[in-house]
Amino acid sequence: MNEELPASVIPRVSHRAEWIVLALAVGSAFLLPRYYPVLNEMAIIALFAISLDLILGYAGIVSLGHAAFFGLGVYVAALFAKHVHGDPFIGLIVAAIATAALGLATAVLILRGTDLTRLMVTLGVALILLELANKLDWLTGGADGLQGVVMRPVLGLYAFDMAGRTAYWYSLSVLLSMLWLTRHLVASPFGMSLQAIRDNRLRAEAIGIPVNARLTAIYTISAAVAGVAGGLLAQTTGFASLDALDFQRSADILLVLVIGGTGYLFGGVIGAVIFTAMHHWLSALTPQYWQFWIGLMLVVIVVAGREQLTRAILFPFTWLLGALRGRTGSARDRSGTSR
Amino acid sequence: MSAGNVALQTYRLNKHFGGIHATADVSISIARGARHALIGPNGAGKTTLINLLTGVLTPTSGRIELEGVDITRLPVHLRARRGLVRTFQINQLFAGLTPLQTIAIAVAERSGRGFGLWQPLDRDVGIHAESVALLQQFHLGDVLHEKTATLPYGKRRLLEIAIALAARPRVLLLDEPVAGVPDSDRHEILDTVARLPADVTILLIEHDMDLVFSFARRISVLVNGALFVEGATADIARDPRVRAVYLGEEVVHG
Repeated sequence: MNEELPASVIPRVSHRAEWIVLALAVGSAFLLPRYYPVLNEMAIIALFAISLDLILGYAGIVSLGHAAFFGLGVYVAALFAKHVHGDPFIGLIVAAIATAALGLATAVLILRGTDLTRLMVTLGVALILLELANKLDWLTGGADGLQGVVMRPVLGLYAFDMAGRTAYWYSLSVLLSMLWLTRHLVASPFGMSLQAIRDNRLRAEAIGIPVNARLTAIYTISAAVAGVAGGLLAQTTGFASLDALDFQRSADILLVLVIGGTGYLFGGVIGAVIFTAMHHWLSALTPQYWQFWIGLMLVVIVVAGREQLTRAILFPFTWLLGALRGRTGSARDRSGTSR
Repeated sequence: MSAGNVALQTYRLNKHFGGIHATADVSISIARGARHALIGPNGAGKTTLINLLTGVLTPTSGRIELEGVDITRLPVHLRARRGLVRTFQINQLFAGLTPLQTIAIAVAERSGRGFGLWQPLDRDVGIHAESVALLQQFHLGDVLHEKTATLPYGKRRLLEIAIALAARPRVLLLDEPVAGVPDSDRHEILDTVARLPADVTILLIEHDMDLVFSFARRISVLVNGALFVEGATADIARDPRVRAVYLGEEVVHG
């Protein structure tokens, strides 16, 4: 297994493409005021996907229950705002601490074992949390959800508005800060050692890497980031509901990462944009069958490979570019300096 | 041999797998700076012994000491940090990383910077310089940034040995280091091993008898999990019992 290309070797978007996406993210805040709620959702899903990429793409830990941390973040942030304090940043920090604690406590379950056992164990933890949130309805509102979460203005300056403008700026700022932080994290000696563990645990131990300590650390960090994403959702929608902990959440976020690509963090952003846009667009077109198209896309991505798909989609443009360049550069080509 | 001069020592080491006695009462003492070889026919328990020494397996009974310190229950990574480093008979590499990243990770761990969370690993000038120098020594300077999975076998084998040296071993266990390596690259590995400081202890596990006789000053012969005989290289080469169980006349007489 160790001499083969790992599954996560996928074509990555260039740095220039990343800047374009970031420019679009900021620009859309001005250009698409009607879509603030959708943009806000994209930013939150992107952050959630980044948290999963930290363990899946870098440390090779598969999870079917990452919604456990996202959902806990939703409820902690909602309850904290309702009963303790309405400041958004303090709420996020509290959500991060709570989910980090859960991550630390459950990390022992994913230290050893195969992908299958990890899938089952993470799924189990998420199911337990979902059922707890359902039963403890005096605290969580049960199946009715938790309403009436009112936030104070961000930094005491920017009040949350009905259109969702503040919400989007707030979520986007948190997303970009976390992207910047996690970028540093994965390039650090710690982050590189995770990739060593992912590729070959036996060798990683043999060069002195404390594998269990490193996996526990990244699982805890990933949980905290997922908790922040959940906290953002509760704070910007003013609502907490059971579907934040649902299995569908865990499955969707895995799907988002598959669409965007694992192991480079930005895949979560790309995947979130595509997934959320498709969700809204397709469910407006065919409310009953939008998952059909998501499913079809998933199958095509996995079977055809993302690289071929991107090439096929871009083919008309590359062909046009090539044709234009061919005409202007034909004189040079004939003189033998073609590249 | 006084205690201070012993690098690695085992006392009556045993390992059972169900009914199989894979390691039987093995007591070995390897002096500091030794060039020691461990030989034995297939199934003699060489790999099991290596796995016990490095901590991949826990012995059923017995004791292992590294430079006088009991390491019998120490996990693999802590033995590596104490300078007990191995290479693998079958390459164990980081397929998705480059040789430069691989060596840099090993150097960072050895120098205690493995839990750094902020400064990017590839911006650490000291680690970079040391990693590049080591890779150039192993003729890997032209593939620093290639993905390891795409390297030809010979290059991957060189990288396998280079990782171990990046950890600056005090005791180095070489498990068939030149297995499958073309002759042209062989001397590269052997020369580098030969150039290691005299106080680095080397235990070589090898099938190639020419290599064993030219490298080792002492040889331990393992048969059916137990230490069969141990002695100076010349004595082992002449020992009729060793010939009978292992070498075969034609090998000794070439």
